[in-house]
Amino acid sequence: MALTRRQVENIANLARLEITEEEIPAFVENLSGIIDLVDQLNAAQTDQVEPMAHPLNMVQPLREDRVTEVNERDLFQENASQLESGLYLVPKVIE
Amino acid sequence: MEWEVVIGLEIHAQLKTASKIFSGASTQFGAEPNTQACLVDLGYPGVLPVLNSDAVSMAVRFGLATHSSIAPRSIFARKNYFYPDLPKGYQISQYELPVVHDGWVDVVLDDGSRKRVGITRAHLEEDAGKSLHEDFHGLTGIDLNRAGTPLLEIVSEPDIRSAKEAVSYMKLIHQLVRYLDICDGNMQEGSLRCDANISVRPIGRHEFGTRAEVKNLNSFRFIERAINYEAERQIDIIESGGSVVQETRLYDSGKDETRPMRSKEEANDYRYFPDPDLLPLTIDLQTVESIRADLPELPWEKRERFVESYGLSDYDAGVLTTARNMADYFEAVASGVGDAKLAANWVMGELSGALNKAGVEIENSPVGPDALKGLLVRIADQTISGKIAKDVFESMWAGEGSADEIIDSKGLRQITDSTAIQAVIDQVLVDNPQQLEQYRAGKDKLLGFFVGQVMKATRGKANPAQVNDLLRRSLDA
Amino acid sequence: MHTRTLAELAAALRDGEFSSEELVGHFLDRIEALDAGLNAFVTVTREEALRAARLADSARAEGQAGPLTGLPIAHKDIFCTRGVKTSCGSRMLDNFVSPYDATVVARLKAAGVVMLGKTNMDEFAMGSSNETSWYGPVRNPWGHDKVPGGSSGGSAAAVAARMAPAATGTDTGGSIRQPAAFTNTTGLKPTYGRVSRYGMIAFASSLDQAGTITASAEDAAMLLGAMAGHDPRDSTSAEVPVPDYLAALETPLSGIRIGVVKEFFDEGLDSDNAAAVGKALEVLRGLGASVEEVSLPNLGLSVPTYYVVAPAECSSNLSRFDGIRFGYRAEDPKDLTDLYKRSRGEGFGAEVKRRIMTGTYVLSAGYYDAYYLKAQRVRQLIAGDFHRAFENADLIVGPTTPTPAFDIGAKVDDPVTMYLNDIYTIGVNLAGLPGISVPCGFVDGLPVGLQIIGTHFDEGRLLNAAHMYQSETDWHRRVPSGMLPESG
Repeated sequence: MALTRRQVENIANLARLEITEEEIPAFVENLSGIIDLVDQLNAAQTDQVEPMAHPLNMVQPLREDRVTEVNERDLFQENASQLESGLYLVPKVIE
Repeated sequence: MEWEVVIGLEIHAQLKTASKIFSGASTQFGAEPNTQACLVDLGYPGVLPVLNSDAVSMAVRFGLATHSSIAPRSIFARKNYFYPDLPKGYQISQYELPVVHDGWVDVVLDDGSRKRVGITRAHLEEDAGKSLHEDFHGLTGIDLNRAGTPLLEIVSEPDIRSAKEAVSYMKLIHQLVRYLDICDGNMQEGSLRCDANISVRPIGRHEFGTRAEVKNLNSFRFIERAINYEAERQIDIIESGGSVVQETRLYDSGKDETRPMRSKEEANDYRYFPDPDLLPLTIDLQTVESIRADLPELPWEKRERFVESYGLSDYDAGVLTTARNMADYFEAVASGVGDAKLAANWVMGELSGALNKAGVEIENSPVGPDALKGLLVRIADQTISGKIAKDVFESMWAGEGSADEIIDSKGLRQITDSTAIQAVIDQVLVDNPQQLEQYRAGKDKLLGFFVGQVMKATRGKANPAQVNDLLRRSLDA
Repeated sequence: MHTRTLAELAAALRDGEFSSEELVGHFLDRIEALDAGLNAFVTVTREEALRAARLADSARAEGQAGPLTGLPIAHKDIFCTRGVKTSCGSRMLDNFVSPYDATVVARLKAAGVVMLGKTNMDEFAMGSSNETSWYGPVRNPWGHDKVPGGSSGGSAAAVAARMAPAATGTDTGGSIRQPAAFTNTTGLKPTYGRVSRYGMIAFASSLDQAGTITASAEDAAMLLGAMAGHDPRDSTSAEVPVPDYLAALETPLSGIRIGVVKEFFDEGLDSDNAAAVGKALEVLRGLGASVEEVSLPNLGLSVPTYYVVAPAECSSNLSRFDGIRFGYRAEDPKDLTDLYKRSRGEGFGAEVKRRIMTGTYVLSAGYYDAYYLKAQRVRQLIAGDFHRAFENADLIVGPTTPTPAFDIGAKVDDPVTMYLNDIYTIGVNLAGLPGISVPCGFVDGLPVGLQIIGTHFDEGRLLNAAHMYQSETDWHRRVPSGMLPESG
């Protein structure tokens, strides 16, 4: 199924990806090709088949409720580019 | 046209675990920004979530207390959206298979009647961080200490029909989570928060109207006001020929109004899917039963017992069971005094008044249950009157000693010797000839005056019943 | 010394033939001499490596050496390494220094293994040719105009050119096995859950698995023993005991049933590749194994299934790269949305964006059932195919890739053609099975890989078969000419 330019723009927006005007045609073509590929799944008969979310039939292990982490803010914030008073800064958030 | 409001609440209860739902960072409130955000909470590349066992057992406790089903197998899913307080760009939550589902609670309404509200589901999820909007040169600061705090999202059926019912339901959940010791219930700190789905429809119509979701209701008062505002807003729209838009609105307590949320304007497509980093959560019957065996007496059970075994009114029993600590306090007092009604009146009256005034929690009361018991015993055995007892209580509150010590040191023991009381009465009658004459001429109301004079002369210590009795006899002689 | 296997180097260290410092210095010198032409490394940690080597030597002097102490390896740059840049092949993480070690890194470090550096890779492991890296393509030591495969192309090229005796890799759809096949190395992808994923930057969480690229199956067994086992930090790592993989290597293959997948020998398979694999089957038969045909009827759907599941998971996994706490941040964003869009738009390359967008699309409202849920059902069918095939076979064997290494640039603009190259490897990831690629010959001077697939947690038998095959053949001992300025 071919995707439209508008669909590609919507997906890019949902995924918060800036794509330039010049890039759009290639994305439309490539993504349409990928969707064509995955559309082959329609051929499979899966009415009685359980979805498989995970390769192993295991269950979730649980952690004991214990505080194991210490404050390492300074180390963790070395990778952040904009900080003040220990806070990560972002352009103004409007609720 | 007569309108009916239809309300469903989504309550977020922060669970009282020591560590976060998927990491070993502390959940303590009020730390310096980002000092309790570990790699997992920050969504660092490569890190993975591991589920906190206590968060699970707390959810099960809630489920069992609300007559809900506990899913033997439930699934964690990712809710995808971009927001700076959501470090991974997705929230780990439960979507199709929540851990708790299909339960109910009976809410006591203001008039004492009961209303059943369905619990659609209660699921585990992680809290987000906080955006601080103070001005950082026009930027917003992000504190991720709260990110990853376990939440139980409790979703009600749309069974609620008024703002007051919504408040009663919220109060019940507030009471319940504290009884269960799964949430501290501190609404100011955001430990218990609520969003309301509100719609209106003409009375008699079966279909629901279009609903708006109102967020940010962090007090009982705001819940009531926001619902009332929102219902009126919707009715106004419909009555003036418009139609309600399905949207997310924010309650602004300063302006007492709801407004559309800018950040939610864009229709969100959360792209839920099972979190591949987490496996199915299984809870076996044995675990459920051991948690059930561990459940405390629930608020409504306690309330019923208080009515039955202490002979209290449903209302009084309701007040005394508001919080577990108060109920425990009451029971400790009542058991020693032998007069449950007296104990109830004092706990709900003097004690609660003093606690409120001082802003002290009952567990930290300067007058403990044993001390209050010591006081009430003296009322019951007529050592002091109820009125004097109030003064003694004040002294006890101020730390002046036990009831007996204060009664003795201040000489407050009640006068029950009829001869002594009669002597005082005789003197009062001699001192007030004019009033005596008027009384005997038919001005019955002056009885109160004489009682007052006698009590004044005995500094309140005379047994009031005896005073009344003897006075009447002397006056009418 | 670089032509020796890890096992041989371990023995030499034990015998005191040379020190770890000399060994590590030798490989560092080779990287310096050769990597400019191959681009296999993103970061070389010379000083740290030499320091660790000296520590290993003192440990040995004190009698504290374990079997891996002092051996150098390279880590794929997808594994977080404390205090060392961890780029994942992306501009997004070009400035990222990890504050912690991945479990794989920590375990190998604890075993005394010395890290030489971090290897180049397809950006966020998304690619089959190592051409999507922000740091440029890696070249195949067997032909500089050829791709080394991907996404663990840097690790494969590093081992093939003997710039490192072994390297870690990750395999989501063939990212260890395919580059191993293209570079004449041995690539082991363990069972999903065998090795912790903690600290391995996630591409597709239900498919990703850490493994090794080595000169032999024996080397893989040595490393896997140290890497494997449950990790309390990874809920999906299995609580299955780790056997002694080395002990089982020499078990005779007599009586072993080998299933040859009918569907692998389709029209897409290069006939010379097919011939090389056919010869390998003869060797296995000669070792006492019985060979029979098995069928995986839904194998053809594995590529479309994978290209729903993997992008869906990656679209979500990569949402954390937003320019706020780490990674690339766009200059002067005009608002929050602009910060997100430009940080991600500028920080990610085209293939990563394609996959994020594909994943976003297949999860979005109205398409979830048709794509994501459908793919999960087909995934079940594919896993079921393997399950049935293993009723009649202990191991499943076939080619690793349809063709030998292709030219750099040949498929870069055609994602679907690129994706179809992974047809033989992807099913193994969907089913969570262990697989290994071992060298089995050459076509026009380019290596060909034989893939052996086992049942869940049966790495022991997989390594046993691969090792027995390698004891009868010498393909894995061949090194590219021109890459050996001096003999060790």
